[in-house]
Amino acid sequence: MSRQRLAELFSSCRDENRAALLPYMTAGLPDPAGSVRLFAAMADAGADGFEVGIPYADPLMDGPVIQEAGDRALAAGSGVDVALDILGQVVATTGKPSVVMTYVNPVLRMGADAFAARLSGAGASGAIIADLPVDEARPFASALARHDLGLVLFVAPTTTEARLESVVRSSPPFVYGVAELGVTGERDMASSHIESLVGRVRRHGDVPVVAGVGIATPDQAHRAAAAADGVIVGSALVRRVMEADSVDGAAGSLRQAVGDFARAMQRD
Amino acid sequence: MPALEELEIEFAKAWDDPEFHEQLNKLLADFVGRPTPVYRAKRLSDQLGIDLYLKREDLAHTGAHKINNTMGQALLTRRMGKHRVIAETGAGQHGVATATACALLGQECVVYMGEKDIERQALNVHRMRMLGTEVRPVTSGAGTLKDAVSAAMRDWVATVDTTHYIIGSVVGPHPFPWMVRELQKVIGEELRDQMDGSERPQPDVIVACVGGGSNAMGIFYPYVGSGVRLVGVEAAGYGLETGEHGASLVAGSPGVIHGSMTYLLQDVQGQILEAHSISAGLDYPGVGPEHAYFKDRKLVEYTSITDEEAVEAVKLLASVEGIIPALESAHALAWIAKVAASLRGQTVVLNLSGRGDKDVQQIIDLVDSDE
Repeated sequence: MSRQRLAELFSSCRDENRAALLPYMTAGLPDPAGSVRLFAAMADAGADGFEVGIPYADPLMDGPVIQEAGDRALAAGSGVDVALDILGQVVATTGKPSVVMTYVNPVLRMGADAFAARLSGAGASGAIIADLPVDEARPFASALARHDLGLVLFVAPTTTEARLESVVRSSPPFVYGVAELGVTGERDMASSHIESLVGRVRRHGDVPVVAGVGIATPDQAHRAAAAADGVIVGSALVRRVMEADSVDGAAGSLRQAVGDFARAMQRD
Repeated sequence: MPALEELEIEFAKAWDDPEFHEQLNKLLADFVGRPTPVYRAKRLSDQLGIDLYLKREDLAHTGAHKINNTMGQALLTRRMGKHRVIAETGAGQHGVATATACALLGQECVVYMGEKDIERQALNVHRMRMLGTEVRPVTSGAGTLKDAVSAAMRDWVATVDTTHYIIGSVVGPHPFPWMVRELQKVIGEELRDQMDGSERPQPDVIVACVGGGSNAMGIFYPYVGSGVRLVGVEAAGYGLETGEHGASLVAGSPGVIHGSMTYLLQDVQGQILEAHSISAGLDYPGVGPEHAYFKDRKLVEYTSITDEEAVEAVKLLASVEGIIPALESAHALAWIAKVAASLRGQTVVLNLSGRGDKDVQQIIDLVDSDE
């Protein structure tokens, strides 16, 4: 696996005139073994790829649902090493292109090159480093590139044109378009930002844009999918896992939800 | 990021603007009560065999140095056309100082505070509420300063159009550590005038406690590289060997927390660890990045003091000099008392960064539970 797998995914989705569905799930929730089964259930229900979250003790970009999920996963024995093992099993069993979502400190601690090697060994396609600004991204992007992996970068409605240009110029496997300002979590409002954000990115180059943050309902996903190359759904799915009383219950609930999102993302 | 870039530009402009300084200096003089006095602690000097001076930040309005920063940033908020302020607080001193500045300037204010800190600093919670501020309890993590900073940052990324985040120490992403240093260095600049060798001697040693490190930065900065010995005292909590402490510089390792690369407390996988200190203001697993630089360049010495030693120092200053210091500042005094024999005859300045009223209940409870 490599970043090429992601490129193929976006290209085939474009051919099919649809956006890719990329669910986020905290690795190790509710426990390491159960976690792999949940990813498999989502793959069955129509997920095209995954954002595999490494639980972190101080997740600045995350809202209450993913914060709690991280705490629970850490308490259940997950962590950086366990999450990377889960990632490997997810890619091996589902065959879906996957990226990890992490914060920069664990990457620094392991060393960017060692981290990239571990990701490559696990079959990942790339990494999202939530608190890494583009100005500091080069050494991380280079380390990942040496292992044929990509570094995903963020853009938001507040991102300046100059910064947008440097994001696109660094040729990420995709750009993570923040649909709503703020931390991850479910929002009531329909985002009006994603369409114009995709347009702004496209003026700088043809890089896939995946919408995330605040997309909680099939209806919101439907609208984001009209403009973006992919949609990330996180908190709405993670919440279902935390509300379930068993791994089977969580898998069933996810299967239904992911199916609903996948159907809703058909373009009109 | 655009918010940080905007803030850097706006603060740089304000800091270059004589009118901004005029407004700020007037408030610092008439409202805050600056310059704060330098007091020679005669009885304690005699007892310790040193020449001990106290820089009385505890006499600044609201009882700590924190207000130097909040007055400046609240004025900056108004200048930027924003009307809402958020802040984090540990011991509550920064929260009170922010609430005070916002009340004065008619700004809406929300302070994030860990629920554990709300419990141990109840007095400051009441003060903030009386000043018209909403105190929002933070339940994530250990419910202390780190979690409050994270909660404030999460608020800010969603509300940046209308809201300024007044961070309380020399931590966080650039431009915050620079901005807070610039606003706090008034402490050291005053000291340089007050102890210039005419009326009082020049200092040999300056000692300050370090949590995030704003009071230490404020008093050290004008002296860095001057030859005066600078000592920063971190919280050793239950003892460094227990792993339960807040000594990021003394016992931590390099990493990234809250947008700066600095020394922090972390495990082998890079997970941030919870800090521990009896003093809520030192209970933070990171430290200002410029302190990390000072440590690496050996411009400042860093050391640590346990909870127990700090409590003894509170009692010492109270009984010998009639001043109840904050538990935070007591760490710096405890180090002076501990190594006094090696400082014999030297002129030592303690940055008495805050007063201890807020800690009295906590110390009473501690003494009761020991008995």
